[in-house]
Amino acid sequence: MSGGLAGQVATLARRSATRTLRQPMMLVPSLLFPLLLLAVNTGGLDSATRLPGFPTNSYLTFALAIAFVQGALFAANSAGNNMASDVETGFLSRLSLTPMRRASLLVGQLGGVVVLGLIQAATFLAAGIAAGAHFEAGVPGALLIVLLSVLISVAFGALGAFAALRTGSGEAVQGLFPLMFAALFLSSMALPRDLIETDWFRTVATWNPVSYMLEGIRSLMITGWDGEALALAFGCAGGLALITLAAASAALRTRMTRT
Amino acid sequence: MRDLLASAGAVWWRNAHNFFTNPAFIVPGTLFPLFFFTAFAGGLSRIEGVPGFGFEPGYTAWIYGFVLMQAAAFGGIFTGFSVARDFESGFSRRLLLASRRRTGIVLGYVLAATTRSAFVLSVVTAAALLTGMELHASAGDLVAMYALAFAVNAASSLFGIGVAMRLRTMQAGPAMQTPAFLALFLAPVWVPFDLLTGWLKSAASINPVTVFLEAERGFISGHPTKEGLAFLITAGLIALFVMWALRGLRSAEAAA
Repeated sequence: MSGGLAGQVATLARRSATRTLRQPMMLVPSLLFPLLLLAVNTGGLDSATRLPGFPTNSYLTFALAIAFVQGALFAANSAGNNMASDVETGFLSRLSLTPMRRASLLVGQLGGVVVLGLIQAATFLAAGIAAGAHFEAGVPGALLIVLLSVLISVAFGALGAFAALRTGSGEAVQGLFPLMFAALFLSSMALPRDLIETDWFRTVATWNPVSYMLEGIRSLMITGWDGEALALAFGCAGGLALITLAAASAALRTRMTRT
Repeated sequence: MRDLLASAGAVWWRNAHNFFTNPAFIVPGTLFPLFFFTAFAGGLSRIEGVPGFGFEPGYTAWIYGFVLMQAAAFGGIFTGFSVARDFESGFSRRLLLASRRRTGIVLGYVLAATTRSAFVLSVVTAAALLTGMELHASAGDLVAMYALAFAVNAASSLFGIGVAMRLRTMQAGPAMQTPAFLALFLAPVWVPFDLLTGWLKSAASINPVTVFLEAERGFISGHPTKEGLAFLITAGLIALFVMWALRGLRSAEAAA
């Protein structure tokens, strides 16, 4: 393995990305299911745009943000499964015998998540444009959506890695998926928060960081450059990424010590 | 007949016992429909204000109609998972050897699916009533509503059993789940059929689940709609999937 931190990260990131791309069972559903949900939502809830106060007359434009966040949940699954597999097969144990730094292992492993996030973001953008979605903030806004989407993928990917390192089990990572799915559904996924009628649901959606991630992406498509929505979205995604990376790093330290 | 019932009873008891005593089975099986009910009824209740929605009992009852179908259909599909698990563990091989009337095995799994769905439907119904769902149905409508749900449950369990007996592995999960999931969501889940748009409306127009949902919601509102057609389609599906499951059983026998 090449010497410096950058070399170590690059080697492990290449391995992680190759491994992700070589697993169609991981790649295809992470692209297909968000697109399927988008198609069903768009056909099923288009009439919601007739509600007074709905921010756009295209439910496709409103719902496209869901695909990016749902894709990030799949990234968590991917990162978690890959990490759990490394624990189960003993790859991590062998790595612990090398002088490799802990940080490079974690960042390198998340390289696969970044690649997956980029593929997902490009696919969802292309699908959205092909279906007629509107991008108020134009090309720079679309690029910012890609950046935010990758950041969300890293945040959830690190959460998957944390679960894998903590438990050493792929099954435990799978168990995390329904929880993250719940976080998506209990957000402002289907309607803007001010149009959610049920009090407790609106409160949950307001406390749920996923709502702000969705709203950040949506703002670039519907309203243009909204500094507050973007700051909240990047703040929530970045904050979550910091927390989950710190948790994964601590779990990795414990795992390496045990090894 | 006695042999058939003995085999069916043993399989039913084992599966029902496994379901009620193992949290890994009972928790996801119950939480899944409850979660959808909570998320849709809570998050989308404003949809009833869309012009043309017009469902008197309200949005909670509207979503209850969908969750009823979902719980019934997935109760059957999860039973297909149990069959696959029994094949992977080698239990089914011993069961095939021990059973004097193997058709009873299929019947036992269907009865187990009915039992687990009865439990899940009770929990979902209790949750819906506690959250203020209005039911405008008469006693007869209620009986018909649950009869239709159990008939759909029988059809989906026979479908799942047929798939599991042919493939005999847990990896067959997506082959059971995906068609059920697609059929459920390519239907008027959130709004009435007339408010659907685009390709989803075309898909829903030929999807039998659309008829089931309209019938269930008709019972809920006290104005039965398309109920005869719904029962007729379900009877046809049951007949079709009985053959599918029994042929699956023959395939499993040949492989055993």
